[in-house]
Amino acid sequence: MTQKLVIIGAGMASGRLLEELFELAPDAYDVTLFGAEPRGNYNRIMLSPVLAGEKCYDDIVTHDADWYREHGVTCRFGEAVDKIDRAQKLVITANGATSYDKLVIATGSASFLIPVAGNDLPGVVGFRDLDDVTAMLQAAQAPAGKAVVIGGGLLGLEAAAALNEQGMDVTVLHLMGHLMDRQLDPAAGYLLQQELQRRGIKVNCKAHTKAILGKDQVDAVLMEDGTVHGADLVVMAAGIRPEVRLANDAGLHVERGIVVDDTLLTSDPDVFAVGECVEHDRTVYGLVAPLFDMAKVLAQTLIGQPAGFVAPAVSTKLKVTGVDLFSVGDFAEGPEREEIVFRDPGRGIYKRIILRDNRIIGTVMYGDTADSSWLFAKLKSGEDISDIRDTLIFGPAFPAGAPTDPLATIAALPDDAEICGCNGICKGAIVTAIGKGATDLAALKATTKASASCGSCTGLVEQVLASTLGDTFVIPAAQPICGCTDMTHEDLRRMIKSQSLKTMPAVMQECGWKTSCGCHTCRPALNYYLLAEWPLDYADDAQSRFVNERNHANIQKDGTYSVLPRMWGGMTTPDELRAIADAADKYDVPAVKVTGGQRIDLLGVKKQDLPHMWADLNEAGMVSGHAYSKGLRTVKTCVGTDFCRFGTQDSTGLGIKLEKLLWGSWTPHKVKLAVSGCPRNCAEATCKDVGIICVDSGFEISVGGAAGMELKETEALAKVATEQEAIELTVAFIQLYREHARYLDRAYKWVAKVGLDWVKERVVEDLAERAALCERFELSQSVYRKDPWAEQATPAFQRDKWSALADLTLEAAE
Amino acid sequence: MRNWIDIAGLNDIPKRGARVVKTTLGCVAIFRTDDDKVYAIDDTCPHKKGPLSEGIVHGASVTCPLHNWVFDLETGMAQGEDVGQVATFDTQVLNGRILLEASRLAARSAA
Repeated sequence: MTQKLVIIGAGMASGRLLEELFELAPDAYDVTLFGAEPRGNYNRIMLSPVLAGEKCYDDIVTHDADWYREHGVTCRFGEAVDKIDRAQKLVITANGATSYDKLVIATGSASFLIPVAGNDLPGVVGFRDLDDVTAMLQAAQAPAGKAVVIGGGLLGLEAAAALNEQGMDVTVLHLMGHLMDRQLDPAAGYLLQQELQRRGIKVNCKAHTKAILGKDQVDAVLMEDGTVHGADLVVMAAGIRPEVRLANDAGLHVERGIVVDDTLLTSDPDVFAVGECVEHDRTVYGLVAPLFDMAKVLAQTLIGQPAGFVAPAVSTKLKVTGVDLFSVGDFAEGPEREEIVFRDPGRGIYKRIILRDNRIIGTVMYGDTADSSWLFAKLKSGEDISDIRDTLIFGPAFPAGAPTDPLATIAALPDDAEICGCNGICKGAIVTAIGKGATDLAALKATTKASASCGSCTGLVEQVLASTLGDTFVIPAAQPICGCTDMTHEDLRRMIKSQSLKTMPAVMQECGWKTSCGCHTCRPALNYYLLAEWPLDYADDAQSRFVNERNHANIQKDGTYSVLPRMWGGMTTPDELRAIADAADKYDVPAVKVTGGQRIDLLGVKKQDLPHMWADLNEAGMVSGHAYSKGLRTVKTCVGTDFCRFGTQDSTGLGIKLEKLLWGSWTPHKVKLAVSGCPRNCAEATCKDVGIICVDSGFEISVGGAAGMELKETEALAKVATEQEAIELTVAFIQLYREHARYLDRAYKWVAKVGLDWVKERVVEDLAERAALCERFELSQSVYRKDPWAEQATPAFQRDKWSALADLTLEAAE
Repeated sequence: MRNWIDIAGLNDIPKRGARVVKTTLGCVAIFRTDDDKVYAIDDTCPHKKGPLSEGIVHGASVTCPLHNWVFDLETGMAQGEDVGQVATFDTQVLNGRILLEASRLAARSAA
């Protein structure tokens, strides 16, 4: 008698299983197929085109009623299986029991519903089957409908692009830092985000959903940060969960999925499982290629042929019309791994190949995936690519290696890209001038004024010359920031501003970085430039900061830290001194020192004590002195008119006002100020970045001093009559320094490069510019004028940052 | 014998960051790279004992915060002109948990 094979689930895995089985042995089994959906097997991968309106349901049916009839399959569609009785070998539905000799569970997976309030409201849908698609299409009928897609992975983005095609206003919320983080690296994720945004889709990364709001129907999504996104439709695409309820209830071995061996056998010798509900070798699969491999193996197993499932290399492609994207294998960085990176900022292309032992182990491509199958084949074969290594990234069509063009970045810039910020000269104007015969830097300066002011765009102007004139112009060698890029600091600052680059991946892509995540030289510089240019848009990246700025304390040679609370203008009180003394006692501080900046340093503090000590000091009203930062350090003062018989103005008061205005700001290098109450200059103002000396008739402001490795006396900037003007000039000078100086140049170095006259023009003479500088400084301070200690001493930070991850000494001692 | 110890969740360490595990032989630094690879090496720089866990992580390397020596996280070798090496320990990430292979730590502490 023919054996009875019962299959639960009429999806793609079981569909392929039946095809394979009938191919090998058409009459081996009497097959009964249960499906919870009231229809047979269709190609679920093509649900996205259906949703986008590019295809209809009929186009994606893979097995119709005729096919099942032809192959003698008993179809029980629309009939959900309630339970499996393994002892009696029965499958139970509402209509009764069906017996089996062999059972295959192919229940697939369900959308993972993120556990927030409102996730069960009408209007919240997954994206797994045709019913979901129908519900989404219905929602898209409403005029000006808003859709929120939770999850920026493969599925979520396909849904988002399709709903956008249907005319909905779509917002994607993604928990991680970049889109498709499991398939793409940050650079490719950035390009993808750009493309989706260009189509009008809003993308929010690092988005934490707090709740879904609505009464009888969803109407908004609330984020942890309080943002509310209006929504008529919410698509849950935050992942899938193997559908294992039946297997669980039947007492089969289930972990994340139904556990199977290489032959797809479960813990019951008559029960198999296949598809997304399966866990094989601790891995659960969600892409179709491995499921088809499983189906083939299971068909062979069912007719007694030896076969084993081997986890394949899986490649990913996003099915969004017009987006070329490909990822396969292991694209993480690692030692003994080498990477080849190719970026073409002009065409928005990014390619990265990861090699180990001269073999390809992973590839990410965006913008041009023409060579993906060629590379995928090389990855699967594991062939040694040493011979073609130099040209590998250019694909099979490339006969001989051509070096990447360092001028590609500049060549790609549009004509309206501003090259010279001082004089507002765009690339187009420079190219035009070159066409009219200005073929060297001096001629260009004379005819366009490009790079004729501060000179920091000189490198870029030269590159425009080179890309326009070709070989006839030789660029004088300029020092790039580091080995990751050909750009100089000045080039980079200009690109960030003129091209509105607001994230690190954006900069690295558009400026042709040669590494995937920079190095210890370029990352801190980049982080500073981005936060200085886009204070409201860019989020400071702690991991790109030097230890002192990340830990808000100065690391000492033995790995301990120093803690230095702010004393405004060098003034303190008995209460503050007591709090400092108490902290020194309580945390066993080995050394207490009075600094040159008129405050008190507690040296030798253990890392784990930092947040507690800060909390104590905060309690006494004190905040971080930023003695560790490339930012405002101190404003040193003398006692001025309050006590001194020579004092001419309230120098202490002015110092405190300045410090309260400037503290917390990040600058290219450290910034120190001093205010002396009379020309005797007790506060030593003439060796500071900004020094103010009070005289009877007003305030003498000088800048660009230093008393470090080099001793520099300040140079006079201006003399003003009122305290208010002195404050404005100081702020404007510091903002100009913040906007133009190269990272790690002290103010005196920067002033020497741009010239004091150039600075005076902007800060002293041009009143509108002075006001604009002050305004931009204040905008930045609205974000950064805050005490980092208070934040870092919170319980969350204490748990996540300051303590050891684990303590294995306790275990060893037992 | 391999001795895998579950020390923390992957998300307890920031990307391009590190945290330490205390052992009887001093701290071991556990690194997480930008693309979620996890490495464990001795926390102490052989040059002047800088805490490597406080360095800037780039690619699969870390730069010591005291004097900018750069170490390869997989081999523990100093890069460039500098000569030196730190001990490395095997790690794996399983279901979002970081496992540290601690048999050598145990062996060294028993000795």
